[in-house]
Formats: sequence, C-alpha cells, structure tokens
Amino acid sequence: MDPIPFARAQFAITTVYHFFFVPLTLGLSVMVALMETIYVRTGRLIYKEMAKFWGKLLVINFAMGVVTGIVQEFQFGMNWSEYSRFVGDIFGAPLAIEALLAFFLESTFLGIWIFGWDRLSKGLHALAMWMVAIGSNVSALWILVANSFMQQPVGYTIRNGRAEMTDFFALVLNPNVQVQFPHTVLAGFTTAAFFVMGVSAYHLLRKQHVEFFRRSFQMGAIIGAFAIVLVGLSGHSQAQEMVRSQPMKMAAAEALWYTENPASFSILTIGDLAQRRDVFSIRIPRLLSLLAYNQLSGEVKGIHDLQAEYVQKYGEGNYIPPVAVTYWTFRIMVGSGILLGLLGLYAVFVVMGDVYDTRRFVWRLFPYAIALPYIANTSGWLMTELGRVPWVVYGVMKIDEAISPTVSGGMVLFTFLAFTLLYAALMGATIYLLRKYALAGPPIAQDGEQGAESSLAVVPQPAQD
Amino acid sequence: MDLNTLWFILIAVLYIGFFVLEGFDFGVGMLLPFLSRHADAEKQDRLRRTIINTIGPHWDANEVWLLTAGGATFAAFPHWYATLFSGFYLALFLLLAALIVRGVAFEFRSKDENPKWRKLWDGCIFVGSAIPALLLGVAFANLVRGVPIDSKMHYVGTFFDLLNPYSIVAGLATLLTFALYGAIFLALKTKGEVMERAKEAARRLWMPTFGVTLLLLIMTYFYTDILARLGVNPGFIPIGGAVAFLLSYYFIRRGHMGWAFILVAIAIAFALLSEFMILFPRVMVSSLNPEWSLTIYNASSSPYTLRVMTIVAVIFVPIVLAYQGWSYWVFRKRISGAPEELTY
Ligand code: HDD
Ligand code: HEM
Ligand code: HEM
Repeated sequence: MDPIPFARAQFAITTVYHFFFVPLTLGLSVMVALMETIYVRTGRLIYKEMAKFWGKLLVINFAMGVVTGIVQEFQFGMNWSEYSRFVGDIFGAPLAIEALLAFFLESTFLGIWIFGWDRLSKGLHALAMWMVAIGSNVSALWILVANSFMQQPVGYTIRNGRAEMTDFFALVLNPNVQVQFPHTVLAGFTTAAFFVMGVSAYHLLRKQHVEFFRRSFQMGAIIGAFAIVLVGLSGHSQAQEMVRSQPMKMAAAEALWYTENPASFSILTIGDLAQRRDVFSIRIPRLLSLLAYNQLSGEVKGIHDLQAEYVQKYGEGNYIPPVAVTYWTFRIMVGSGILLGLLGLYAVFVVMGDVYDTRRFVWRLFPYAIALPYIANTSGWLMTELGRVPWVVYGVMKIDEAISPTVSGGMVLFTFLAFTLLYAALMGATIYLLRKYALAGPPIAQDGEQGAESSLAVVPQPAQD
Repeated sequence: MDLNTLWFILIAVLYIGFFVLEGFDFGVGMLLPFLSRHADAEKQDRLRRTIINTIGPHWDANEVWLLTAGGATFAAFPHWYATLFSGFYLALFLLLAALIVRGVAFEFRSKDENPKWRKLWDGCIFVGSAIPALLLGVAFANLVRGVPIDSKMHYVGTFFDLLNPYSIVAGLATLLTFALYGAIFLALKTKGEVMERAKEAARRLWMPTFGVTLLLLIMTYFYTDILARLGVNPGFIPIGGAVAFLLSYYFIRRGHMGWAFILVAIAIAFALLSEFMILFPRVMVSSLNPEWSLTIYNASSSPYTLRVMTIVAVIFVPIVLAYQGWSYWVFRKRISGAPEELTY
C-alpha cells in the first residue's frame, strides 16, 4: 500500500485541526490582555469580569491548540523523514526557535495567569496575559518562517545532496514571510473579533448582561473592522507575491488556462478538468492584472504555458496542482472576507452611533458569522498548501521524494485514522464546553438595562492592590 | 569542544530537564486514582482536584521541554530526528496519543459537573501519564542497546524489536521512579489527607523502585557497551546518581520530603546523563554494524546552522530557566484543597 496519500491526508487533517484552534488564540489572547489592562488602568471591575469570561473561553480553546500542535512537531520525522533529512538544516531551526522563544513563554505564563489571580499584583497578572499573547504571535512568526521556506526557498544551497542554510537572515526576511505573517495574524484577530461579537450579539438579542456584552461587542467591532480591512490588503500583497514566486498557484487559483494580457478575473468558472478547458465562465476584464500588478494591464501566465515551461526546466512530469480545489478555496476565502467586511462595517456603525437596535435583522446574523473566519482560515490554508502541489519545497523537492521510506502504508493509514478519530472526539468535547461557557455568560448578577457597574457591587469583589 | 559536541550536550540537557520536570507530573497523574480513594463521591472529587491542582500551573510548560528537545534534535541532528521518529513510529504514536488525551483532560475535567465526564478524563490522566512514563524508558533503553539501522541510516526493524527484556525493564524502572517522584512532590505540595497518603505511597514505592532499578543496572552491563565506554569504575556521575537514590530512602523514612525530592531529582538527572555518556559520540546505536550507528558527526546539520542555533540557545535558555523558575516560586505554597484554591 502506498503511504503517500495517507501521509498527505494525515498532514492535512491534523494541521487543519490545529489551525482550527490557533487563530482564536492569536487574537483572543491580545483582546483579553487589553481588557485586563483597561481594568488595571481604570479600576473598573466590569473589565476584570470581561477578562475572566473571555479568558476562560481562551483557555479551553488553548488546550486543544496545544494538543493538536504536539503531533505537528513530530510528524515531519514520522511520515516525512526524507524531507527532514534533506531540509532539516534549514527547516529544523525555526521549529526549534519557535519552541524555545514562544512555546515556553505562552505555556509558562498561561499557567501563571490561570492560577495566579490572587497570587500576583494586578499589574503583573495582566502582564502574564501579554506574555501569552506575545508568545502565541511569535510562535506564528517562526512557524511561518518555516512554512515560507517551503513556499519560496531562500538563503540555502544544495551541498552533498542536502539543502544547507547559508543565510539565516534571508530565511527570516523571506519576502513570503513578510506578506504571509501579517495576513495570518490579522486573520487570527478577525477570528477572535467576530467570535466576541457573535457571542455578545447572542446575549444582547436576549437582553442578558447588556452592559457587559455591549462593551465586549464594542471592542470586537473596533478590532474586527480594522483587522478585516487589513486582511484584505495583506491578501492583496500576497497575491502579488504569488504571481512572482509561484505563478502556477495563481493560475490555478484563477483557473486561467492560457496566458492573458491584460488578464481577466474569474467570478465563476465551470471547467472541464479532463479536457482542461472552460465550459462556462464569467470574467471581469483586466481585474486580475490589477490585482497582480496594481495596474490595468500586465501578463498573468496560464496553466498550459507554465506546465510547458516547467517541463523544460525540471523535466517530464505534471506540475499542475488540483485546479478545482485551489480555485474554489480561493473564492470561498475571499467571499467570506467580503461578507465579514460588510458585517464589520455595520458593527462600526452600531458602535459609533451607539445604536444597539437588536430588533434589526442583521443582529441575528452575528452569531452565525462566527463560522465565517473559520471557513476562510481553512480554505486559505488549503489553497496555500494544495496550490503548491506537486512540490513540498517549491522547485526543489517533490512530495513523493519526501516520504519516510521505512514506514508502511498500513502504519500511516492506522495513525491517520487514529488521529482523525481522536481529534474529532476531542473537538466535539471542546465545542461542547465552549458553547456551554459562552452561552452561560459571566457569573455576575443579571443587570437588566441598568448597566452592569451597579449590579457588580452585589458580588463581593474587593479591589486589591 | 566543537559545536557538534555542544549540541549533543544541549539536547541531553533538554531531555534531562524534561525528565526531571515532567517526571513528577507524570507521577502525580499515575497516582491520581490511588491516592484519592474515598467512599464519599464528593470527598473523592475534592481529593482528586487537590491532586490535579498541584501540577495545574506547570504541566504544559514542563511538556514543552520535550517539544523543544524534539525541535532541537531536528535542527542540530536532522538524521537523528528522521531515523528516530520514523523508526520508533508506533511507539511515538502511542506516546503522542497519550499526551494528547492527558493535556485536554487537565483542562476539561472540572469544567462539567457530570460524574461520568469527570471519570472519563480522570482515566485519561492516568493512562496518559503511565504510558509515556513506560515508553520513555523503553525508547531510551533502545537508543543505547542498539536497534537495527542499515547503512543508509534507515531503521529496518519493527515495533516489536523495540520490546526486549532490557527495554521493558527500563520502562518499568522509569514508571516506578516517576511514581515515587510524584508521590514525593505531592507530599511537598499538599496538606492533610493527601499529604499523608502521598508520604505513605512514597515509603511503599521505594523498595520496588530500587529492585527494578538495580536489575536494570545489572542488565546494562550485559546489553550495552558500558564497560567499553566508561570502564569498570563508571565514574562520578553514575555512582553519584546511585548514591543519591539510596540516600533518598533515609529522608523518605524520616519524612524529610524536600531532601528526598532533591535527591531523586539528582538520581534521575544523573541516570540520564550516564546514558548519554555511554552513547557519546553516537546518538543511535546500530545493532547490525557499529559502523552504521548515527553519530554527532554523520547525523548533524551544517556548521553554519549549528552556529546560528548556538547563539539563539545561549541567549534564550537562561531566560526560559529564569521565568520558569519564577513560576515555581509563585506557586510555592501548599494546597489544602479549600474550594477557592481549586482552579482545575
Ligand atoms: C511548517 C510547515 C508547514 C506549515 C506551517 C503548514 N504546512 Fe501544510 N503542509 C506542509 C507543511 C506545512 C507539508 C509537510 O509540506 C505538506 C505535506 C505534504 C505536502 O505537500 O506539504 C503540507 C500539506 C498540507 C495539506 C495537504 C496538501 C496535500 O495533500 O498535498 C494541507 C491541507 C495543509 N498542509 C494545510 C495546512 C494548514 C491548515 C496549516 C496551518 C497550520 C499548514 N498546512 C501549515
Ligand atoms: C505545521 C507546522 C506547525 C507545527 C510543527 C506546530 C507545532 C506546535 C506545537 C508543538 C504546539 C504546542 C505548544 C505548547 O504546548 O504550548 C503548537 C501550538 C500553537 N501553534 Fe502551532 N504548529 C504548526 C503550525 C502553526 C501555524 C501555521 C500557526 C499560526 C500561524 C501556529 C500557531 C500556534 C499557536 C498560536 C499555538 C498555541 C496554542 C494554541 O493555539 O492554542 N502553529 N504548535
Ligand atoms: C478579503 C480578501 C482576501 C484576499 C485577497 C486574500 C488573499 C490570500 C492569498 C493570496 C493567500 C495565499 C497566499 C499564498 O499561497 O502564498 C491567502 C492565504 C490565507 N488566507 Fe486570505 N485573503 C483574503 C481574506 C481572508 C480572510 C477573511 C481570512 C480569514 C479570516 C483569510 C485567511 C487566510 C489564511 C489563514 C491563509 C493561509 C496562510 C497564508 O498563506 O497566509 N484570508 N489569502
């Protein structure tokens, strides 16, 4: 039995699980740190309650982020040992640095934060959450340095049949990191902001804890609106980088079979994949050139031309990634982005005008909109990774050269099924708990319409310094 | 000293850090069902929560030592990383699965009142602590004993080649040592009933641990090339480890748990250090042909990568040690089991 399909499926499933939890951590850790900082600065107890409530959801999510990450750290050695031998010199370094700089920081300080409410001064306790937030986002930076090497190898040379690092700073300053890191982190902020808005809207619709969730919604709206605009802009830079460094991925993402100049943007294409041509297509003229070069003309290469070019360069073979998946995941991501942008706009309008009119239909959309960033995140990664096929390291190493030669198909199939089922069960438990705590609301007295500060006094909360 | 040797030492330090720190929290996890027995369900749950909360703030950061050791192995000795983890495939899978269920269990078990829910996660904590304790011993024994590795650095054995008398005894020795270590830790961190039971457990665990460890020591002379490596007098480290372990008996008997804890920690650290001394300069021994063993030279990264990684490690390892040490300082107080102390 060929292990490659199972090893690929295993990598895909476990990282998608991992990245299901990661984005919320990236953004929510920062938001909780902000809430607690406001509490420390102003002494207003409602912000302490907010930090506690959202912090609890963060912690539940974090646990799954951690345990899905453990497998990632060892998976390269297990299933992709030839890959590890070939690029370990370069790829291992950011992974080790990530663990040393980021994982220690976030795990130690999260422990301190969870258990330290009455063992640390207020300021130190808030600082602990900042350390968690910094740790998570630094973790994203280093893992994306590793991933970017696979997308756009730089700072290396091939010696004795292995890739060796020649320039560490080239690796860290990889042009791909410069666009991928902002996009991914901002996607995390978007995820957290819409999560907070969605849960808040749910309670506001039921008129529970109104003051508490208004303030939460406010913070979500401001961060979410900024983040979603910046996600779009950074995505645009990514597309430009992609045309330059991985033109085949861009061609696949656009289902652009032949080179065009000026290039049109596909709104909807029904293709005949066997014949590799379009059956039906709606395209906006010149838009793709605009996306790629910020001007109304410019050549964007098509799949057939690139295939011919790659055969010349790398020898016989199929260099075309799965076009349908790449194409559709791109549209799903951008489509979700547009919807989120519209909701973000509305949220800003609500907050600026102070018009929390929950009778309006839009309000009922916010709880459901929690799903959109998750859909966009997953499809974004699927596009990024599948658009790279057949390469593991673009232009340097192919997927079928990367597999462990001594691990049988049966073994990979077994671990693939086991991890998939195990994670599915745990994911069920996590979602159950997140839902339970999110819907329960904060453990403070109901406040009706009067605002929470007054009712907070009911619960004995000695302000300690 | 060349950079290859330095990185061999650094990785040894990371694994030792992992064993010394996570060792007691594996032990606490294994003891959970035994030290919390009580006829009254509510009381039993309180005892369990007390036990879990002693390691609540620390277990994740302790586990990161293993992740960092894995990452450092990847960066400094890619062939070691590749051969070890593709070779010990199913064993590693079991280890990972155990760590996965254990990690969420700590976080989830007290977040729902349902007794079935709590029982499920308590089971996960127990199994998730015992399996890694056993497997780590098995894996490290196989590193020195030798496994079938061919001329291309590929592991050509099966899962069952990893299970031999020597590695199984080593697994049991690790399991018992961690249980003892966990009992001592609990005796230090709790009050009242849990403390009394933990002290009793430590007293009872010492003898069996001693027996199995002695057996392991004797077997080491038959199954590894310790004589060729360290000579008849193995030197300060191995002997010091053995003495520390023997001395711990005295302090456990007298109830001086602080000293007992330090001595067992030293015993664990020195035992692992001895293993790395037997290995050096090899990192995995081939049982097929000594020439095919992986060493710190044929398995390593380029000098450039080692240099970069050295700079990073020199700056950040002390920082990590400082704040992790501080976190133990913050939570130095004993836990009595009062409801307001129980976060998990
Ligand atoms: C550090 C490297 C790295 C990082 C950060 C990611 N990936 Fe990746 N990805 C790989 C390294 C990689 C890989 C090892 O290179 C794979 C395995 C086979 C392949 O083609 O690439 C891969 C494949 C792969 C596949 C399957 C593609 C195929 O079948 O060929 C998917 C769906 C993802 N990844 C998704 C993700 C997600 C959701 C990530 C977010 C956490 C992610 N990747 C981060
Ligand atoms: C495929 C490559 C990846 C590997 C090897 C990997 C490895 C890991 C490991 C071992 C952990 C657990 C650390 C702990 O115990 O605290 C972890 C957690 C984490 N990872 Fe990854 N990871 C990968 C991809 C990513 C990506 C792409 C991102 C973000 C852009 C990311 C961000 C995080 C964050 C924020 C955490 C903290 C836990 C949480 O999310 O709740 N990881 N990762
Ligand atoms: C609004 C317009 C958007 C555009 C133009 C855009 C563009 C892109 C592009 C071009 C890539 C692929 C980069 C590569 O393969 O090199 C990408 C990846 C990705 N996108 Fe988007 N995106 C948009 C919205 C979103 C949204 C709303 C989210 C989530 C909230 C998101 C999350 C991601 C993620 C997680 C990846 C994979 C990581 C990466 O390569 O950066 N994107 N995006």
